[in-house]
Amino acid sequence: MFQYILKRIIEMIPLLLVISILSFLFIHMIPGDPARLVAGKDATLEDVNRVSIELGLDQPIWKQYISFMGNLFQGDLGTSLKTGLPVSTMFADRFMPSVYLTLLSMGWAVVIGLIIGTLSAVFKNKWPDHLGMVTAVSGISLPGFWLGLILIQIFSVQLGWFPTGGSEGWKSYVLPSITLGAGIMSMLARFTRSSLLETLKADFIRTGRAKGLKESSVLTKHALRNSLIPVVTIAGLQFGFLLGGSVVVETVFSFPGMGRLLIDSIAFRDYPVIQSALLLFSVEFILVNLIVDILYSTLNPKIQYES
Amino acid sequence: MSEKLLQVEQLQTDFTKDKRKIRILHGVNFHINKGEVIGLVGESGCGKSLTSLSIMGLFKGTSGEITGGNIRFNGQDLTSLNVNEMRKMRGKQIAMIFQEPMTSLNPVMKIGEQLMEPIRIHLNLNKKQAKEHAVSMLKKVGIARSDEVINEYPHQLSGGMRQRVMIAMAMSCNPNLLIADEPTTALDVTIQAQILELMKQLQQQENMSILLITHDLGIVAEMCDRVVVMYAGRVVEEADVFDLFEKPKHPYTQGLIGSVPKIGDKRDKLDSIKGNVPDPSDMPIGCKFAPRCTQVMPICLEKEPTSMMLENERLCSCWLYDHERGETHV
Ligand SMILES: Nc1ncnc2c1ncn2[C@@H]1O[C@H](COP(=O)(O)OP(=O)(O)OP(=O)(O)O)[C@@H](O)[C@H]1O
Ligand code: SF4
Ligand SMILES: [Mg+2]
Repeated sequence: MFQYILKRIIEMIPLLLVISILSFLFIHMIPGDPARLVAGKDATLEDVNRVSIELGLDQPIWKQYISFMGNLFQGDLGTSLKTGLPVSTMFADRFMPSVYLTLLSMGWAVVIGLIIGTLSAVFKNKWPDHLGMVTAVSGISLPGFWLGLILIQIFSVQLGWFPTGGSEGWKSYVLPSITLGAGIMSMLARFTRSSLLETLKADFIRTGRAKGLKESSVLTKHALRNSLIPVVTIAGLQFGFLLGGSVVVETVFSFPGMGRLLIDSIAFRDYPVIQSALLLFSVEFILVNLIVDILYSTLNPKIQYES
Repeated sequence: MSEKLLQVEQLQTDFTKDKRKIRILHGVNFHINKGEVIGLVGESGCGKSLTSLSIMGLFKGTSGEITGGNIRFNGQDLTSLNVNEMRKMRGKQIAMIFQEPMTSLNPVMKIGEQLMEPIRIHLNLNKKQAKEHAVSMLKKVGIARSDEVINEYPHQLSGGMRQRVMIAMAMSCNPNLLIADEPTTALDVTIQAQILELMKQLQQQENMSILLITHDLGIVAEMCDRVVVMYAGRVVEEADVFDLFEKPKHPYTQGLIGSVPKIGDKRDKLDSIKGNVPDPSDMPIGCKFAPRCTQVMPICLEKEPTSMMLENERLCSCWLYDHERGETHV
């Protein structure tokens, strides 16, 4: 297993190289010149050119790429064109709030999603199922910004329980994580339900009952574990997406996360920040995938990862 | 007369489809004596599996329910037991093995764990004792590497091995009745023979009764003491295995036996029964076999024959054997 993980991590390197080249190319294809933005509105052409040379933007793209990667390997993510701060410092402020928000959102979404999905499957076509699926459908169809605004209106403005924004203290995480997790919870609830219903039809479930097992043991020991296998994939995928930050939720709650940093940086053509952020997201995504694969193999003994 | 272990009387089982009840079993009658092997035969869809599921009370997740008759096991009516009482019967007094050894075991659970489940529930053993018992059961069904197999997963075993595991599991609490629903249909011929041999041997050792459901009349001839023939949710004939093969009475049984190819058979076409099994929701009025019967008579189209006792305690539901036509016996 350890060897398998090591192998997967080594395999990440060429993948990340390709991603870095592609993202570098795409970023530089966005029309607009950061030098002009840095130099300011009234700058002359000479000013702009001077800034451009200072920032190294006059160099051919491949040279810029090589110097970016060279710095990266020395642990230097570069300096933001907009703020002049090291990119790593900017990330340090933004990254952890995003990670916490993601973990919180995923955490409750997984727990509640599994519970609703399981109850819906067990009480198929009875009221818990109807209630669960109405909840799930609403969770999927409510737009995030709308849910966020409603939550702010009720719990921040009217009741004053939670702040309207920011990232100070656990209270400021509550509403954003509800908003962010709602869709995922709904998706997981529906996946769990359909997966569990499918598993409950399996022959080995009948075997379990024929042994004289209690219905609750049939469900927990035999059905759930088998149904979780596809659910884990969905959850992992969503987790990967969430780590990239959510622009909508971060905007509504003025939450200082990675999503807004990326959008702001794109608006400013802040190349070093965009480039590093994209690479960071890729690393996260690949790592989450690796974790999902490992989870998968523990859930499903048929899958043996050989190194 | 030997002691009756199981007695199925007028068993009626329905399914609900689109809020309509469809009766599948229409008063099934038969019994199993202690230590006896009964064959339950009939074409696909005649209700063999449903009869076994009715005995086991395994309707969870389906719309099936018993709507009439009773099932007496050691004198106790199973249809009157509550969920908990029934659960204590399953796996302990009555055990079952299924057709699909590939899918009947949980793919994500070790063989040992699956084997230990019924042992722990029914025999009140602790983990260590249960494990020892599980290993000894695997040895009993002829699995040599039982210490290793216990830590393996189903996909690591062959089909024959899995069916052995299923048998070990079914036998682990020493049941009085083993229901085997086409236990060898999914296996290779050589493996089939081994599994049947094993079942027979264990049956004799433990003096257990077996209800063997199968399509294969060859298996019936080899394994069974008595045979129950079902057609369209009814028992149409019941006889000692020798009598049945020697002289099948019911035209349906005659057709079934006729459709088994015999070595040295000169006919180029099998004598299989023409036509199809009637749809449960669209049954003929009189004898359900009438549309396919070569010996059909006017009365067959009007009235359904009832079970008649013939010589050698054999039963047959067919007007051909009703000599005082219109009046039924038994
Ligand atoms: N879960 C179910 N829901 C509705 N109808 C069912 C269900 N299970 C079985 N039936 C119906 O009951 C009838 C008898 O089925 P059963 O499985 O007992 O047949 P069988 O004799 O075992 O056939 P086979 O030899 O193919 O196994 C069939 O007509 C089938 O359509
Ligand atoms: S009752 Fe009539 S139709 Fe039915 S099997 Fe006998 S002879 Fe054939
Ligand atoms: Mg069947």
